[in-house]
Amino acid sequence: MAGSILGNRVLRKEDPKFLTTGGVYVDDLLTEPALVGALHVTYVRSSVAHGIITSIDTSDAKSMPGIVAVLTGKDLGLEPVPSAYNPAATRTLLATDKVRFVGEPIVAIVSNTREQGEDAIDAVIIDYDVLPALIDLEEAMASTTLLYDACGSNVVFDSMVLGLPDNTGDAYFADCEVVVKGRYLNQRVAPCPLEVRGAAAAWGKDGRLTEWLSTQHAQGAVAPLAAANGVEESMVHVKTPDVGGGFGAKIGAYPEELLLGVIAKRVGKAVRWRETRSESMVGLGHGRAQLQYVTIGGKRDGTVTHYQLWAIQDSGGWVDMGTILAPFMTRPMSSGVYAIPNIECRTTSVVTNTTPTVAYRGAGRPEATAAIERAMDMFALEIGMDAVEVRRKNLIPKFLTPHTTVVGQTYDVGDYETSLDKALVAADYKGWRAKQKAARDSGATKQIGIGVSVYVEITGGVGNGESAKVEVLDNGHALIYTGTSPHGQGHATSWAMLANEQTGIPIENIELVWGDTDLVPIGTGTMGSRSLQQGGNAVFAVAAELVNKAKSVAARLLEASEEDIVLDKDSASFHVAGTPAVAKTWAELAVAEKQAGGLVHSDVINVSGATFPFGAHVAIVEVDVETGKVTHIAHTACDDAGKVLNPMLLEGQIHGGVAQGVAQALLEEVSYDSDGNPITSNLADYAFISAAELPSVTVVHMETPTPVNLIGAKGIGESGTIGSTPSVQSAVIDAVSQFGVKHIDMPTTAEKVWAAIQSAR
Amino acid sequence: MKVTITVNGKTHENDVEPRTLLVQYVRETLGLTGTNIGCDTSSCGACSLHLNGESVKSCTVLAVQADGGTVTTIEGLAKDGVMHPMQQAFMDNHGLQCGFCTPGMVMAAIGLLNENPSPTEEQVRIGLEGNLCRCTGYHNIVKSVLACADNK
Repeated sequence: MAGSILGNRVLRKEDPKFLTTGGVYVDDLLTEPALVGALHVTYVRSSVAHGIITSIDTSDAKSMPGIVAVLTGKDLGLEPVPSAYNPAATRTLLATDKVRFVGEPIVAIVSNTREQGEDAIDAVIIDYDVLPALIDLEEAMASTTLLYDACGSNVVFDSMVLGLPDNTGDAYFADCEVVVKGRYLNQRVAPCPLEVRGAAAAWGKDGRLTEWLSTQHAQGAVAPLAAANGVEESMVHVKTPDVGGGFGAKIGAYPEELLLGVIAKRVGKAVRWRETRSESMVGLGHGRAQLQYVTIGGKRDGTVTHYQLWAIQDSGGWVDMGTILAPFMTRPMSSGVYAIPNIECRTTSVVTNTTPTVAYRGAGRPEATAAIERAMDMFALEIGMDAVEVRRKNLIPKFLTPHTTVVGQTYDVGDYETSLDKALVAADYKGWRAKQKAARDSGATKQIGIGVSVYVEITGGVGNGESAKVEVLDNGHALIYTGTSPHGQGHATSWAMLANEQTGIPIENIELVWGDTDLVPIGTGTMGSRSLQQGGNAVFAVAAELVNKAKSVAARLLEASEEDIVLDKDSASFHVAGTPAVAKTWAELAVAEKQAGGLVHSDVINVSGATFPFGAHVAIVEVDVETGKVTHIAHTACDDAGKVLNPMLLEGQIHGGVAQGVAQALLEEVSYDSDGNPITSNLADYAFISAAELPSVTVVHMETPTPVNLIGAKGIGESGTIGSTPSVQSAVIDAVSQFGVKHIDMPTTAEKVWAAIQSAR
Repeated sequence: MKVTITVNGKTHENDVEPRTLLVQYVRETLGLTGTNIGCDTSSCGACSLHLNGESVKSCTVLAVQADGGTVTTIEGLAKDGVMHPMQQAFMDNHGLQCGFCTPGMVMAAIGLLNENPSPTEEQVRIGLEGNLCRCTGYHNIVKSVLACADNK
C-alpha cells in the first residue's frame, strides 16, 4: 500500500502547457469561434484628476481609418450606479459629468484593429472645468470640495457608523509609564499582475451574453454584468481563460469590462478589450494606501498595556473594496499576536482624486501588522529593550482552543512564540547581532540591520464554504468542478491530489474545471487565501461522498452488502473485503451508473469559520550609511499554515508573498504630483521589484492544524507578504537607529534613508 | 512591407505594416501566442524570444528588422515532445505560477546561460533583472536556472 499523496512535493500538472505553448490568456483567444472578427474597444481616459466635463467632441475620431463607433456615456444611455459600500456615491460606468481620477474612462472607441483605436484616442476632444485635485488624505478629509456631493463629505465610511466607539485620545494612556506615538504611512502600491486586464464579449443567437474575463471570481461578475447589460443573470455566461495573476485586483469586475456587452450590442459584433500597461497602472485598482496614527503605552519592564490606532484609508476616486478593508480587516486584526488588555481602533475611509483602491495581497491585514509591529519596535527602542524580548513578553501564549482578543476577534489556534523561536534560530539572530555590533564598533560604511516581525492574519474570511462536483467518466478518469479560480496557485494539481487521496484515481487522470459559470454556477472564487481551506476542503468532502456512492454501485454489481465493499486505492478499484481478485474499476462503475445519471456527486460544503495563520519573519539588511542604499541580504520566514497539502506549492506562495512584501518595504510606491497626475504610470517609472533586489528566502516549516475544516489547512497566499514587510522596514531602521533614527516611512529608499540619517545626526 | 522570417524552423513570408513589432508578428500574424506582452516600456521581458540566437525583447524589435532572420519562441523549444532542459528545470523547481512571464523568462534564462554557462546566484539575479515576475518572488526561477548551469 502506497502512502498518502497528501503532504508530498507533487509537481504541477498544469506546467507542461505553460512551458511549451504558453497559457491561453484572454488576449490569446484568437481562434475562439465566437470572437473571430471581433472588433477592438479602446477607452479614452480622463487626463485630469478632478473636473467637470463640459464637452466631448468625437466627430474627428469617428472619421479616422478603421473606426466603427465612438461612444460616450450619454450615447450609451448609461445611468448612475451606486457604490456597494456607500450608496450615496454614484457614478456612470463612463464618466459623463465629473471625472475623479486620471485614467477614469470617458469614451469607448470601437475599431477594426487595436492600433486604429489607439490612433483615434488623441482625436477625441474633451473639455473640462478643472476642480482642485485632492491627493493628500488629510487634506481631502478637511476639504469642502467634495468628490461625491451626495455623500456630504469626502469621508465615505467610518467605523463609527458601525456603532463602534471613537478613540479617546491621550487620556487613554494616563496610567502608562511609557507612551510612544507614531504616524506611519502604509503607502499606495500597484498590484501589477504580469497580465493586465482584458476581456471579450459576444452575444449569442439565444440572446445570451458570453464574457471572457481575466478574473479571480467569474461567478461574482455575473450579477454586475447582468445589471450593466440589462438582462437577467441567467442570460450571462462568464468564462475564465488562464489568468496571469490577480493579487486581489481582479476580484471585482471593472467598468471597462462591464460595458463590453453593451458596446457589442450597439455595434452588432463581438468585441475585445485589452488595456496597455500604462492604462493598467491607473485603471486597475491599487492597494494599501493607509495613513496610521498610532499610540502605544505600557510599563518600563516591557509590558504593553494600551494601544490605539486610527487608520485613515484612502479609497481613491471611487468607493470600491479598498474602502471597507480598514474597518473589516485592519481593525479586527489590530491586536496582532499580542495580549494587549486595552485597544482602541477607529477607521476612517476617505475619497481622493486617485485611482480607486481595492484588495491587494493581504488586504487590510498587512496594514494592521505593520502598525502594531512598528509600534512594538518604537516601544522597545524607547525603553532600551531588545525588540524580540518586548515581543516575547507580550505574545499571546500558545492556545489550541479559540482565543478572543479585546477587539473581539476570535483566533482558531496559535503558537506564536514557537514560530518566533524557529525563525530566530534559522536566521542565526544572535550571530547577526554580533556581526551588527562589530560593524557598529568599527564604524564601517556598511551597517547591518536586523528586523523581526511576528504576525497573525485572517484567511478564508470570504465565503462560508465552497461548491465542488466530482464526476467519474466512462474511462475512469475524473473531472473536478470547483468554485475557486486558480491563477497561479496550482489548484489543478492540489485538487487532483485531494481527489486522488479519496478515490485512488491517479492525478494524471483528473482534470479541473473552473471559472465557467455555466459549468460551475456556484463559486466564491480565489481571494483572501480561501481556496484550499474552503474549495479544496469541499473537493475532499465531495470525493469522499462519491466513494460512498460508488460503493453502493459496486455492492449492487458484486451482489454484496455495501458495508463489505472496500476501495483499493492502489488499483483504484472496489471489491468485497477478503476477495480482491473480483474487483470493479471506477470505469466499470461509471458505465454501470450511466443510465442513472452517472457517477457524480456535487455539494456545497460549509466550513465553521475563518482561520488565523501566523508566523515570524527575520530580515537582514545592509545599509550604506553614506548613500542610504539598502541591500536585503537574507530573509527567513516561518509561516504556519496548518496542515500542508503540497510543500512545494506552499513554499512558492511564501516566496512570492515575501517578494511583494519586501517590494513595499524597500521600493514600490505609486505617486502623484500635486495636480493628481500619476508619476509612476508604467513599469519604467514604477519600481516593480526584480530578481536583483531580492535574496533567496529561507523557509522554516511549522504546522499547527486548524479544527475549522476537514483537512486542517489554513491559508498561505498572503502570509509571506504580511510577515515580510514590517520585518524589512524594521531592519532598515535598525541599521541606522544608532544615529538616532526612530522611524522611516516605506518605501525605505536610499533617498529617505540618507535624509533620515542626516536629520538625526 | 514584405518580410521573410524563419520561426521555429519554418520559413514565413508575410506582408506587414512597417510599425508592426516582432511580438505582434509572432502573436497575431503567426498565431504563436506563447510569447506575451506585459508592458509598453520594454521593462517586463514577457515578450523575450530568440532572434538569431540571442535573447531579445520582441516589443523593441520591428518585424522588418527581423527580415531574413531566425526566431525561436517558447513553442519551438521542445523537440519531439521532450522539453528543453530549461523548461524541465522550471517544472522540476516550481519556477512558474500563473505562467504569464514564463515563456519570456525561459527564453531569457537560456540566453543568459548561453552567454555565461556557469553563473553565480548573483549573476543569475542580475542577468534576469529585465524579466519581471509577480508570482514566484524569483526564488524558484533562480533555482531553475542554476539547475541548468554547467557548474550546478
